Amino acid sequence: MKLIDTLWKDAPLATRGEITPKLGFALTVLLAMVWLIPFLWMGVATLRPASDGINAMAELMPSLKPTLDNVRDAWEIGDFPRYTLNTTIICTGILLVQFVTITLAGFAFARLDFAGKTPIFYLFLMQLMLVPVLLIVPNLSLVAQLGLYDTLTGVMMPFFASAFGTFLMRQAFEAIPTELEDAALIDGAGLIQRIRHIYVPLSMPSFSAFAIISVTSHWNDFLWPLMVINSPDKRPLTVGLSVFTKTAEGTQAWGTIAAGTLMVIAPLLVAFLIFQKRFISSFVTSGIK
Amino acid sequence: MHSISRRDEMSLAEPAALPVATSAAPRLHVLKRVLGRFKASLPAYLLLLPSLIFLALFTYGAMGRVLVDALYQRASPKAPVRFVGFENISAVLADPAFTGAVVNNLIYTVGTAVPSIALALLFALALSRTNVVTSALRAALFLPVLIPMVAASALFLFIFLPNVGLLDYYIGRLLPVLPNWLGDPDIALYAIMIITIWKNAGYYMLFFLAGLQAVPEDVMEAAHLDGAGPYRRLRHIILPELKPTFLFVTVIATLNAVTQVDHVFVMTQGGPSNATNLVLFYIYQQAVEHYDIGKASAATLLTLAALMTLTALSFRTLANREGGP
Repeated sequence: MKLIDTLWKDAPLATRGEITPKLGFALTVLLAMVWLIPFLWMGVATLRPASDGINAMAELMPSLKPTLDNVRDAWEIGDFPRYTLNTTIICTGILLVQFVTITLAGFAFARLDFAGKTPIFYLFLMQLMLVPVLLIVPNLSLVAQLGLYDTLTGVMMPFFASAFGTFLMRQAFEAIPTELEDAALIDGAGLIQRIRHIYVPLSMPSFSAFAIISVTSHWNDFLWPLMVINSPDKRPLTVGLSVFTKTAEGTQAWGTIAAGTLMVIAPLLVAFLIFQKRFISSFVTSGIK
Repeated sequence: MHSISRRDEMSLAEPAALPVATSAAPRLHVLKRVLGRFKASLPAYLLLLPSLIFLALFTYGAMGRVLVDALYQRASPKAPVRFVGFENISAVLADPAFTGAVVNNLIYTVGTAVPSIALALLFALALSRTNVVTSALRAALFLPVLIPMVAASALFLFIFLPNVGLLDYYIGRLLPVLPNWLGDPDIALYAIMIITIWKNAGYYMLFFLAGLQAVPEDVMEAAHLDGAGPYRRLRHIILPELKPTFLFVTVIATLNAVTQVDHVFVMTQGGPSNATNLVLFYIYQQAVEHYDIGKASAATLLTLAALMTLTALSFRTLANREGGP
C-alpha cells in the first residue's frame, strides 16, 4: 500500500483516491511479469544441466547445479562465432553506406532548392509505404543477375538507400542555424566540406538514433538473408539460429536451443540495458522503417 | 473617328509581325531558364543520386519487375518464358492455398492488431508517469521488441511444446485435455498470434506514451475539478486526443501482420494442413520451393495492391508526419 502511495504521490490530488487506475497498474505489473517469463526460462534453461531430464526442462526455478555445458555445446555445434561475424559485417556494411546516402540526400532536401523537389520527395516517401520486405521475389532475381547471389553484399544492397534515414537527417539538418554555414561559405568552404564539418558533427544524436534502428532491424532480419544466402558459412545469426533450432529440436536439446537463442540476442539486450533511453526515443521516431 | 480607325489598323497590322518576334525569344528564354534551373539544381541531383540509384533498383525497379513477371510463365523450370497475360493472377486466385492464406492473414491481422493495440494502450496509460518503477516496467515490456522474431520463435517453440513445454507444465495441468498448441489446425494460428502480440505490444506502447504527452494538462485539470471519473476522462479527453496515434499504430500493426512471418518459418512451415500459412510465406513457397516466379509475382502484386490501397488512405498522415516537402 505504501509503495502504491509513493508511486502516486505526483498524481493530481483529485484522482489519488481512484481505484480504476490502480487496478490498471496492477494488471500491467502482472503482464510485465508474464512478458518476462520467456526470458526467464531462457536464462534458467541455459544453465540447467542435461542430467535434470526433459521433464524438468520447463521448471522456472533455477537448477542447483548450474552448468555452462549448453553454452559450450551451442557455441561449438552452432558455429555461432561465424554467424556473429557475418551479422556484424552485414549490419556495419549497411550502416556505413546508409550514412553516406542519407547524409547527402537529407542535405539536399533540407538546404537546397531544386527543380522537381516535391515529386522527388514523394518518390522517397513512397518507399516507406512499399514495404521492401514484400519485394523479395523481384529483388532476389536482381541480386542473382548482378552476380551477388550467396554473397553478403547481396544481402546488404537493397537497404543501401533509406527513406526513413533521409527524412531523419533532413529534420536534423533543418534545425541547424544557417549562420554557421554562411560563415563557412565566406571562408570558401565547398558543399561537401560544409556538410562534413558543420552539418554532420552537429547531427550526431540523429545519426545515433538512426544507427540504433538500422542495426536492430538488420540484426533481426531473417527472410531476406534466408533467400539470398546458400552457403552455411555465410549465414547471419538469425538464419543460423533457425537451422540450429531445427537440428537441436530433433534431439530435444532444449537447453542448447536456449543457450543459442541467448547468444543471438545477448548483444542487443546488453546494448539496450546500457543505452535504454536512447533506444526508446529512437524507436519512437522510427514508426515505419 | 479617323484616327481611331487608323490606330486600329496599326494595331491589327502589328500582330502579323509579332508571332516571329514573340515566340522565338520566349522559347529560347524558356530553354535558357530550364537549363539555368537544371544547372542550379545539379548539386542537389548529385547528392540525391546515390539514394535514387538504389531506390530505382530495389524499390521502383522491383515494382516494375513484379508487374512484368506476373504476366509471364514457364511451362517447365527449364522452358523459355512466354506471355500469359492474367493467367498467373487467375491461377493464384483459384489456388485454395492462396485464398486460405489470405483468410488466415485477415484473421491474423485482426487477431494481433486489436489485442496488441489494446494492451499497448493499457500499458501506456498505466506507465505514463515517469519514475524508477514505471521505467523498469516499460523496459520489461519493450524487451521482446528488440529480439529477432526467429529468437522469439525458438523460445515459444518450447513454450508450446506438448506435455513437457512451459505452457503445459504450468497451465496445461488445469485443463482436462492438453491441447497440441502448434499441431492442432484449429489452434495453431492463435498460438502464432500470441507470439506476435507478445513481441509487438511494447512497441506500440511507445507511440501511445508519446501520444499521451500531447493531452493538454489544463483540460485534464479541469476534468479533475469537474469530478470526471477515470472512465469519462479516458472516453472524452484522452481517446479523442489519441486518435492520430491510433490511426498510425493501426497502419503499422497491419503492415507488420503482412510482413512479419519469420515465426511461421521456424515454428510451423505454414502447417498443420496450411492452417498457419500467411500470404508472404505463400509467396516464398511459390518462389523458392516451387520455382514458380510467375505465380509468386502475381501473389506479390495482389498483396502490394491491397497494402498500397490501405497505406494510401493513411498517406496524408504519413506526409504530415514527415513535414511535407
